[in-house]
Amino acid sequence: MTQETGVKYETRERDYEGHLLEIEDLAVEFRTPYGVVNAVNGISYTLDPGETLAILGESGSGKSVSAQAIMGIIDTPPGFITRGSIRYKGRDLLTLPESERRAVRGREISMIFQDALTALNPVFTVGWQIGEMFRVHRGASKAEAKRKAIELMDRVRIPSAKDRVNDYPHQFSGGMRQRVMIAMALSLDPDIVIADEPTTALDVTVQAQIMELLHELQAETGMGLILITHDLGVVADVSDRLAVMYAGRIVETGNVYDIYGNPAHPYTEGLMASIPRIDQKGEDLNPIKGAPPNLMRIPPGCPFHPRCPYVRQRCVEELPPLYEVTAHRRSACHYWQEVISTKEPARD
Amino acid sequence: MTDAPVELQDRPAGRGEPILSVRNLVKHFPLTQGVLFKKAIGAVQAVSDVSFDLYPGETLGLVGESGCGKSTTAKLLLRLEKATSGQAFYKGRDIFTMKKKELRTLRRNIQIVFQDPYASLNPRMTVGDIISEAWEIHKGVIPKGERGQKTQELLEVVGLDPGHTNRYPHQFSGGQRQRIGVARALALNPEIIILDEPVSALDVSVQAQVVNLLEKLQNEFGLSYIFIAHDLSVVRHISDRVAVMYLGRIAEIGTQEDVYEKPSMPYTQALLSAVPVPDPRARDRKKRIMLQGDVPSPANPPSGCRFRTRCWKAQDICAEEVPALIDRGQGHPAACHFAEIEKVVVDVESA
Repeated sequence: MTQETGVKYETRERDYEGHLLEIEDLAVEFRTPYGVVNAVNGISYTLDPGETLAILGESGSGKSVSAQAIMGIIDTPPGFITRGSIRYKGRDLLTLPESERRAVRGREISMIFQDALTALNPVFTVGWQIGEMFRVHRGASKAEAKRKAIELMDRVRIPSAKDRVNDYPHQFSGGMRQRVMIAMALSLDPDIVIADEPTTALDVTVQAQIMELLHELQAETGMGLILITHDLGVVADVSDRLAVMYAGRIVETGNVYDIYGNPAHPYTEGLMASIPRIDQKGEDLNPIKGAPPNLMRIPPGCPFHPRCPYVRQRCVEELPPLYEVTAHRRSACHYWQEVISTKEPARD
Repeated sequence: MTDAPVELQDRPAGRGEPILSVRNLVKHFPLTQGVLFKKAIGAVQAVSDVSFDLYPGETLGLVGESGCGKSTTAKLLLRLEKATSGQAFYKGRDIFTMKKKELRTLRRNIQIVFQDPYASLNPRMTVGDIISEAWEIHKGVIPKGERGQKTQELLEVVGLDPGHTNRYPHQFSGGQRQRIGVARALALNPEIIILDEPVSALDVSVQAQVVNLLEKLQNEFGLSYIFIAHDLSVVRHISDRVAVMYLGRIAEIGTQEDVYEKPSMPYTQALLSAVPVPDPRARDRKKRIMLQGDVPSPANPPSGCRFRTRCWKAQDICAEEVPALIDRGQGHPAACHFAEIEKVVVDVESA
């Protein structure tokens, strides 16, 4: 079985050069009264049609902020995109006028949020909210929009959609609400869907249902999926490629089988050693020491160095670039060769 | 002592007498209608006929999805909620009939750590005050003059800087706050600590630190834990025995190995199969049982077996008769008329 990156879909016409989505050197900061929070510090990645890219990170790693930058929904101020580009089908979204940007948002790139209960408006029926996409973007009539909403609710497998179209969000269970969110995200047949912790608030059996649904819909539509999560299990289960984020940077990226098989960055290695596994009783957990840094005071050199078991003087002084491990794999560690050659993570 | 608890089937060997025995525990929350004249129109059956034992020095994991009654069970044991019926024996004494004085001793010996380390610590109190507050209530445990030193010792035990007694909760990270919660629970030298989702709010890399700390403390002080969580991987790691709950009932109970390697109740199998394994190689090898629909409302649970509406094995008898939580040949109790071992979690390392 070859594990080549990026499944190429021929179902959609390509009228652009390069990748479907290309992010380069993106940086986002928040200017707060207490200081500047460096949330995203120069990240680059690409996404192709039909591909699932997982962005893995803990709270404050910048994974959600980078997604918000793609959607163009960062509150400015306090948030500012300070450099970089986000090219969608060859066009840089950051230099587009707001009117054109709005045409992309929701129609070509859409987003599924973690908390469906807060993301949905409690005073409108779900049918109205799904239909809104068609009324606003396509100029559909009320009746037409409602018909479309029922169609979509069927598609995301909400039972008896016809009867439930006039129900309000609170009348749905958590899993069903997340299906409504997915219906809205898919309504205009987008090329890219960004799912930000789509199953974190859900129970595990419901999580399985939702991930299965996303997987099926992706196979149907050939959309590119960016899955933002902190859950190493979910990543292993569904993604093709993986980018691990730490303190606003990508520290390791590559094919999911390669990275899980043998991490090339100490942070990734540390994460894998610190999670208990359902399939093994396992030995003692081997946690990463310390806690993630305050983004107002990111350590100099490699941001992971205060917690790293491989740390040397060079790590304190010099920020590691993304070294090429193989053609499709990168690691931001000066000593990635050492990391990759040790099977067990080092203990302090 | 009026009546001693009935012996259960899953008694582990060599553990001695249970320190805590729960028998036929029931909690119904009334559903009311009307503002001035409240009228009971039904009840949410949060906990229905739950029985289990906790042995000295062991960790009993209580797992299940939201609304299955695992947190309510914890609150009942501390009498933070009043049980509708049933009994709970702490060293042979029924908790639910205890008088004030005895209850106070009970609460010294059974402590609880909550999920949210942000909401469970008073933001206006220093860490030192939070930890030593228990000694104000339970006077005589630690004499006044020694409290400062004891607080520092406790901070050190849970891996915090003993010099930080004068800091406030907001000056600590989530993981550190959870350590403060654990230090507070330890202050009265309890025998049992109920841990209600203690690591769910923490980041992955910090979660492991707290899990390791809990294990270390258990060995050091001989604590018994009731570990409530929805994360089946963490529960497997930390528990000696595990009880799986569904809609207010225990679906299956046994040793960690019984439940994870030999699940016999269909719900347990579905639950285990839904947990993603952090190894992409497990994708194709895993057996996946996709449950249909949602959990029924606990205000109107199905008759007979509560899982039958979503069960692929359901027969007429499942609607008519509540399946007893007994061993039907699989080696540990499971609440299914058609209990049968089916391994759903495959270890890719050894496969």
